[in-house]
Amino acid sequence: MAQKKSADVAAHQISAQVIKDLHERMVRIRLFETEAGTLMEAGKLPGFLHLYVGQEAVAAGVMAALRDDDQITSTHRGHGHAVAKGVGFREMYAELYGRATGACLGRGGSMHINDVTRGMLGANGIVGAGVPIAVGAAFAARYKGEDSVAVTFFGDGATNIGAFHEGANMAAILGLPVVFVCENNGYAEFTPQSKHMLLTDVAERAAAYGMPSVIVDGMDAVAVHRAAAEAVDRARSGGGPMMIEAKTYRYYDHQGVKGLRHPYRSAEEVAEWKARDPIDLLEVRAVADGTATRAELDDAWQRTRDEIAEAIAYAETSPLPDTADLLLNVYSG
Amino acid sequence: MTTLTEAQAVGPNNTARKLTYVKAFNEGLAQAMREDENVFVAGEDVAGYGGVFRMFDNLLDEFGPRRMIDTPISEAALVGLGVGAAARGLRPVVDLMFMDFIGVCLDQIVNQAAKMKYMFGGSVSVPLTITTASGAGLGAAAQHSQSLEAWLAHVPGLKVVMPSDAYTAKGLTVSAIRDDNPVVVMLNKVLLGSTCEVPEEIYGIPLGQAHTARQGSDVTVIALGRMVGEALAAADELAAEGVEIEVIDPRTVQPLDTETMFASVRRTNRVLVVHEAVTFGGLGAEIAAQIQDAAFDHLDAPVLRIGAPFSPVPFSPVLEKAYVPDRARITQGCRRLLERS
Repeated sequence: MAQKKSADVAAHQISAQVIKDLHERMVRIRLFETEAGTLMEAGKLPGFLHLYVGQEAVAAGVMAALRDDDQITSTHRGHGHAVAKGVGFREMYAELYGRATGACLGRGGSMHINDVTRGMLGANGIVGAGVPIAVGAAFAARYKGEDSVAVTFFGDGATNIGAFHEGANMAAILGLPVVFVCENNGYAEFTPQSKHMLLTDVAERAAAYGMPSVIVDGMDAVAVHRAAAEAVDRARSGGGPMMIEAKTYRYYDHQGVKGLRHPYRSAEEVAEWKARDPIDLLEVRAVADGTATRAELDDAWQRTRDEIAEAIAYAETSPLPDTADLLLNVYSG
Repeated sequence: MTTLTEAQAVGPNNTARKLTYVKAFNEGLAQAMREDENVFVAGEDVAGYGGVFRMFDNLLDEFGPRRMIDTPISEAALVGLGVGAAARGLRPVVDLMFMDFIGVCLDQIVNQAAKMKYMFGGSVSVPLTITTASGAGLGAAAQHSQSLEAWLAHVPGLKVVMPSDAYTAKGLTVSAIRDDNPVVVMLNKVLLGSTCEVPEEIYGIPLGQAHTARQGSDVTVIALGRMVGEALAAADELAAEGVEIEVIDPRTVQPLDTETMFASVRRTNRVLVVHEAVTFGGLGAEIAAQIQDAAFDHLDAPVLRIGAPFSPVPFSPVLEKAYVPDRARITQGCRRLLERS
């Protein structure tokens, strides 16, 4: 069943079912993140929070092309990938709260959320570090004779770090089933792309490793999904790695919700991107072409709100980790 | 009554024979690969060339290119490949050739491999083995001669082993591969051609268990890696003078078997720690601190540390010889300890 999904997409028949799937994944990310931002502002969450709001079309579009056994590695901005890959709200919020019931038992926090049962090999606090790990996951799949693929997400800023370049070359020379997804949100933390590389298109870097690439509108979930489905099918059928550059935008700051110190981007720029909000775009299109009714879309928002309220209540009432277990899982065995 | 050596005791058929350190490593690796289909080897020149130190000789012939993988000179991606493959259930052995090269892949070792299990809440294990050649003595100069065990032993989640002879090269390698944690196997370049009795059958040496290489009552010498041999030579020299040196080989520096050390110190009351790494911030400092904490009342002299001076490893043989601790310095150190009473 799951295997068939990918083949359907390859035929470029974006069904009503896929549209609704993309929509639901994006709504789930949006609400998870805006609620997390609110909780942080309220002082309820310890640590850092790198919110994914604005970039939802990328995670949703790619993940809708994956099977449960496909593996992903993520970034410091990882909640969107986790939600879209099917990690539960309960364990995610509980982790943000530092509770014993969290995805990392309260040991990891936002930047280490993972769910290996769903192929989510972790957010990562080190920029670019997930790239070689995805290469290893793809290696393992081929070694074991499985046809799962690995997808690695990274930002424009990460393509300046060695791990990205080494991982890309390694995947290419070993011909491994890895899809490289660059979420180009225009900023490496607070530094605009024009000040951290001379290229306009990160995708050009793929050519250096003999890898094909494609640039997509990262605010258009359908476009991302089509590109991802093609890259995933290619990788799954032994065609080797490929890179997708999705041009997208981060609504919130690098960290947290509100801007800190001097503004590093203009209100006009933010407004321009928000005018092409990925969820709005998909909803307008779905209603216009009759793939979904307004009521169906509203229902997705409401169901998600209810689920989030329940998950936050679960997190808030979950036990804190026992300090006697501080050393749990430092080592295996 | 004949007592079996440690090597002879391994096999029921007493099949130990002399083997070089590098061949013992190679044999242990090959046997571990036969034992578990999930073990594979990746690294620079490990397959076609058999490794620059011949560590991987003949393994491509037996195991083929699926399990013996030559990679680009790309240590961050290499270790990362190992981390990802280990997290997905394989048992990778990745080779870093010279230990000095960990500088270019430390993130994958320290922030990824070491921490993944803990920060993921226990949901994955990383049964990754990293092999690498360490140590001075070959005129390889500052970037190809270091002993960096203190860097790695400082990182929770990693294990670090330092084989001191052919027997431990095989047994510790097998145990590293069988272990469910990331383990760094620090082979010593000078010892590669050294020989001792090595059982033919596969065997593991428990990680975190020190070995008393020689028993004695006057001074405890705790020696790491190649320094074990130097300490045993010093013990021979001092024995002629009627001084009995106890030599402890920790074998594993993380986890570190301090209990064996404490027990020895309580009997000898004098301790010398010797390693190739620079003295400052080395394992000797940690061992000395733990001994004074656990056995202060048993000490007749301060714990003496012998290591390299605080300098990069020099090239010219005359400088390098002056740099690396040896039998003579250990002997002198023991005498100094015995002068205090």
